[in-house]
Amino acid sequence: MKELLYGLITGIMFGFLLQRAQVLRYDKQIGALRFLDMTIVKFMLSAVMTGMVGIYILKDIGIASLSLKPTILGAVIPGGLVFGIGWGLLGYCPGTSIGAVAEGRIDGLWGVLGMLVGAGVYAELYPWFKNTLLTFGDFGKITVPQALGVGHWFIIPIVIIAGLLLLRWIESKNL
Amino acid sequence: MQSEKKNPYWNPYVAGMLAGCVLIGSVAVSGKFFGTSTTFVRSVGMIEKSISPDHVANLDYFKKEKPMVDWQWMFVIGIFFGASLAAKMSGTYALQLIPDMWQRRFGQSIIKRAIVAFVGGTIAMIGARLADGCPSGHGLSGGAQLSVGSLIALVCFFTGGIIMTRILFGGGTRS
Repeated sequence: MKELLYGLITGIMFGFLLQRAQVLRYDKQIGALRFLDMTIVKFMLSAVMTGMVGIYILKDIGIASLSLKPTILGAVIPGGLVFGIGWGLLGYCPGTSIGAVAEGRIDGLWGVLGMLVGAGVYAELYPWFKNTLLTFGDFGKITVPQALGVGHWFIIPIVIIAGLLLLRWIESKNL
Repeated sequence: MQSEKKNPYWNPYVAGMLAGCVLIGSVAVSGKFFGTSTTFVRSVGMIEKSISPDHVANLDYFKKEKPMVDWQWMFVIGIFFGASLAAKMSGTYALQLIPDMWQRRFGQSIIKRAIVAFVGGTIAMIGARLADGCPSGHGLSGGAQLSVGSLIALVCFFTGGIIMTRILFGGGTRS
């Protein structure tokens, strides 16, 4: 019960921030994919870089553990590309479609309904995927530092510097 | 450009860093990472269960992702309330059936936008389930953990999206 309450509170805070940063907008999402407006990339990179430092500190002091999804190339590559194609059509991702409806962008609702249908279709197709794509190129639960055989505090500063350089470049282009 | 009027939105870097902090807090307090797309599976499972319980009971995917309310389900509901609250508080709630950028390119047909959004949502969710995550699960949570598969997924999300928006909007023109 407490867990459900935490979920709700966390979601409210996240949704609040998504709306305040204009991440819920079709024009911002498609704007990023068309290299016209990088608002969502700025938001995402800032969140990832901040989260990365905090999560690895929590891991090191033993408060939390990582929760990784397995790296299955046969699933993640085609799945990611198919997701991207659908995202380009809809202009919202699963979380932001819900948020878009909440701020009055009703077209997000058609996306939510489509996603429910998509989830149902996937459940029907799953037995086939399980024996094919989901078995190809399974590298298990790996992180970049593990794959490279170096400590995470070696990789994290590199990621932050690369992220900041990318953001500086985006700002220099006025995106 | 907007020196006269006060911009009602937050800086995306600040909002993104705060979102990163919310993620860290969630991991510290309840051990939960962000994700949204599994909720669509659980939801459609609950809907299908009310129509055909035997069918749902026989599908492997609903054994893996049980049709029930869990932390993430409440998180997604929270996104709706948080975004709604933020939009109302800031006076940026606006009822809109067609996004501006879409309207400039494809006109005022509500049906056309609804069909493309629905189909896009369906495709996006099939891809997200195959990839085992969406921009929140792979992008934020997986990225912050430096998961190899999540970073590959993120590249594929954008690749698919860029290809689709090139098809829809054409390349190059800034409008």
